[in-house]
Amino acid sequence: MIVTKVERKVCEGKPVIEAKNLTKKFGKQLVFQDVNFKINDGEFISLVGPNGSGKTTLVKIIMGMEKRTSGELLMDKKQTVGYVPQFRNIDLDYPLDIESFVRLNLKFTISPKKRREDSEQIKQILEKTRLTHLQKRPLGLASGGEKQKAYLAQALLNDPKVLILDESTASLDVEVKMQLMDLVQELNEKYKLTVIFITHDYDLTKKYTHRALFFENNTIKPISVDEISEDMFE
Amino acid sequence: MFGYEFMREAFIASTFIAITAGLVGVFVVSRNMSFLSHTLSEIGFAGASFGILVGISPLAGMIIFTMVSSVAVGSLSTESSRREASISAISSLFIGLGILFLSLSSESSSYATNILFGSIVGISAKEVHQLMILALVVIVIFIIFYKPLAFDSFDHIGARSAGLPTRFLSIAFLVTLALSVSIGAQIVGSLLVFILLTLPGATAKYLVHSVPKLIMVSVGLSLAGVWLGLYLAFVTNWPVTFFISAFEVIAYFLGLTYKNWKLNH
Repeated sequence: MIVTKVERKVCEGKPVIEAKNLTKKFGKQLVFQDVNFKINDGEFISLVGPNGSGKTTLVKIIMGMEKRTSGELLMDKKQTVGYVPQFRNIDLDYPLDIESFVRLNLKFTISPKKRREDSEQIKQILEKTRLTHLQKRPLGLASGGEKQKAYLAQALLNDPKVLILDESTASLDVEVKMQLMDLVQELNEKYKLTVIFITHDYDLTKKYTHRALFFENNTIKPISVDEISEDMFE
Repeated sequence: MFGYEFMREAFIASTFIAITAGLVGVFVVSRNMSFLSHTLSEIGFAGASFGILVGISPLAGMIIFTMVSSVAVGSLSTESSRREASISAISSLFIGLGILFLSLSSESSSYATNILFGSIVGISAKEVHQLMILALVVIVIFIIFYKPLAFDSFDHIGARSAGLPTRFLSIAFLVTLALSVSIGAQIVGSLLVFILLTLPGATAKYLVHSVPKLIMVSVGLSLAGVWLGLYLAFVTNWPVTFFISAFEVIAYFLGLTYKNWKLNH
């Protein structure tokens, strides 16, 4: 695929996530050691590197699902993080429609006012993710791209400041991949959403992201888009 | 038919059981636990026989056995394939134990028939109260944990990613499942309690597509089954369990046919 060079937005705003000498080990096995990086507010950054290099582990540390071994990971505790995981077990028989699936991430409330606000929020998210006309379709019968949009909509529900996409485009064909990424780009630009994109896709990284964190040999190196090369994805 | 006290008692008890089973069933189906609920009912049989042997009530024996085993299964492993193999091994052992306990106790074989196939029309007022309280416990637990439980049951990976305590939710659900098996077995018997715990939920899945609607349809089908079953059993003097299972199975296949028809149109 030919990738046209695009003007990059440089985000030098306040860092939303900052790692200082961050180290992670599983038992004696080192994942990464003494890494330092910043992810700035409103950035669209990709995490690239071979399988097993620690991309998902870093995301789990950010999400609070995994503990760091040493060092610091600074981020505002109040800031919510939306996560779109890589695998979901949604089969053909899955009963919920897209709207009900997105709704699962709502908090419980008995207040009628809050319920109205929730419904309004669902409506807006479905509009943002172009799912309004599909909201009554059972998720099991939705296409791969529609499913990914529904996962995205669910993750956006609590108005996160940071959105993490874990190989969300992996199983999609090229056209659908582009549509999904265009949508994520729009969310990033219009709503200043910080996007962290774990990917093995060279073309998408080049086309959409502002810069990357490259995972290799137990280190994490911040690199610019121009430094991203195809051999990093092998 | 309501002129008879035993029919009134049977009607109240079965209404509570149907509501509980219909509610829990939606989550049994969405969590892919139909097989486990079948096994729990066999474990319940062993528990009830044990109760008779040691001189406590069969219901208490059933609750103890199903609770301990469901929590054990829940904390043993979360990987479903391994769970299925271990569940079938455990299930065979418990049927054997149930038969052993019954033969060791001096009770007549009619007791075994009651446990296995249900004995709703012989239920006493005291037993009805026990069932009502247990059913209310299950319903209250569901109301308290409704949102996170629905998230975890219909999208386990999403719930875990959103930071929900999925392991705790799983064990809380298994406890309510154990209670539901124990109370449901009082009406349809331990052999067929899984029918009420799985079929209405599975049928609902083919008809409606949101969690509240799934619960409403599942509870509705469950209620229709037990009410119709009780009425027909009263009229014909055939076993109530037969009518309930026949109704739920027919409803299930109609639901499946409707879904396939809708897919092609």
